[in-house]
Amino acid sequence: MHTERVALHDAAGSRYGLPHPLALALLVIMMFGVTFATSAGAAAAEPSPQRAAQLTYMVRQDCGSCHGMTLTGGLGPALVPAALKGKPAAYIKHVILNGNKNTAMPGWSPLMSEADAEWIAERLLAGFPDAR
Amino acid sequence: MRARIIGLLAGTILLAGCAGAGWRGTGDLGVVIERANGSVQLVSTTERAAIGRVAGLGDLSHASVVYSRDGRYAYVFGRDGGLTKVDMLRGRIAQRVVQSGNAIGGAISQDGRLIAVANYVPGGVRVFDAETLELLADIPAAYGDGKLSKVVGIEDAPGNRFAFSLFDAGEIWVADLSDPRRPALQKFKGIGKEPYDALVTPDGRYYLAGLFGEDGMAMLDLWHTDRGVKRVLDSYGRGTQKLPVYKMPHLEGWAMAGRYAYVPAVGRHEVLVIDTDTWREAGRIAVAGQPVFVIARPDGRQVWVNFAVPDYNTVQVIDTETRQVVQTFAAGRAILHMEFTPRGEAVWLSARDDDRVVVYDTASFARVSEIFADKPSGIFFTARAFRTGF
Repeated sequence: MHTERVALHDAAGSRYGLPHPLALALLVIMMFGVTFATSAGAAAAEPSPQRAAQLTYMVRQDCGSCHGMTLTGGLGPALVPAALKGKPAAYIKHVILNGNKNTAMPGWSPLMSEADAEWIAERLLAGFPDAR
Repeated sequence: MRARIIGLLAGTILLAGCAGAGWRGTGDLGVVIERANGSVQLVSTTERAAIGRVAGLGDLSHASVVYSRDGRYAYVFGRDGGLTKVDMLRGRIAQRVVQSGNAIGGAISQDGRLIAVANYVPGGVRVFDAETLELLADIPAAYGDGKLSKVVGIEDAPGNRFAFSLFDAGEIWVADLSDPRRPALQKFKGIGKEPYDALVTPDGRYYLAGLFGEDGMAMLDLWHTDRGVKRVLDSYGRGTQKLPVYKMPHLEGWAMAGRYAYVPAVGRHEVLVIDTDTWREAGRIAVAGQPVFVIARPDGRQVWVNFAVPDYNTVQVIDTETRQVVQTFAAGRAILHMEFTPRGEAVWLSARDDDRVVVYDTASFARVSEIFADKPSGIFFTARAFRTGF
């Protein structure tokens, strides 16, 4: 719980002086209003079943290097729903694509599309599917 | 005595079905981690084949192994804090404890009696009796106002010491376990931001931690700890332009060829050559991706390199005389680790997404064997038992 709050601060809070999660959510909506809106009715952007399977595998295996295959954390923080509670999907998507310059988290935009990242963010919040 | 011998023999025979008749040593054995399954395969580097599988080791999504000095037992450190002692001859678990919530790796003491585990949650080091896995010492990695730091880069050091780094605190600690229940700690603070892994030189003298948060490496001379931690290799690191790092490079061992060490650059498509007499950079070699493991063949003539996603289907070989890449090949899908046989005639590579371990002849670069393994990651041969830092 503690790490989680620190991560939130590191990512955006400290830079904008908006530590409250609600304020942060607002900020994210302002910053990424367009993508956030798309994510609300994202049917068009949904990855194909094959791509979804690839992404699932990638999250479990490659993200799992730092976050654990069960996503309960390692060098990187836990990514299970309880740990991500209160974080907007748009924020998670942003971190996936662009990384967090204050931590070891790299930006994955060279390796996936916005729709891919959005799909991952939503699945993480809901409880990520098993790769098998 | 006789009963013991018969018992041992019976155990040996369990594996003998695949391994040829009668007694066997463990010097040509090893384990392959099956990361998604919580199991390990026992393998023989002579037969180039699997000789058994041991399951029930928990979450091995990140795992490492050290060996008892007699080569009989493998101590497997799992992600979930599991510490499992595997009997290589009987092919089964001898002891197992879940000693923390989240662990990164461990080490065995110089005298072989102690196993130390580096933990993320709760941050610290725990030390166990190598025979019984009884907890002997608990060393919480408390810093600042009492927070616990994740611990990384734990290495054995001469004098029954363990050296390790505190990722969140930016500290290096040395624990002297001459009296195992009363560890004597030396703490070195302000050594640099975010040490992410470390190594000890093959002679056990220098402990070096790679820093993720800044450039350079933090070096401690274990012969003269009173001299403190120095920063060396200022050019080592991500530099001013922070590049994304898709997998943390591993500093396991020190790929040595004569006085030169070969290390993975952080986030760059380069292998760095370090002069260990001066601790200065002596060259850079362009490679196919972000290196993860840079490992020297035991004779130091070749250095093999694997890479982070998305270049992890490729393996390259550097000739250390010319410092040129002499081989580039598609070794398999998602090559995660490489391990040389003790004298280096072959190298074993884990191809995670092919569900197999592939074995290459290091002289001809021919593929000489393939072994099925479920999502293999780390490969660890028993010869590690005799090397400081392994």
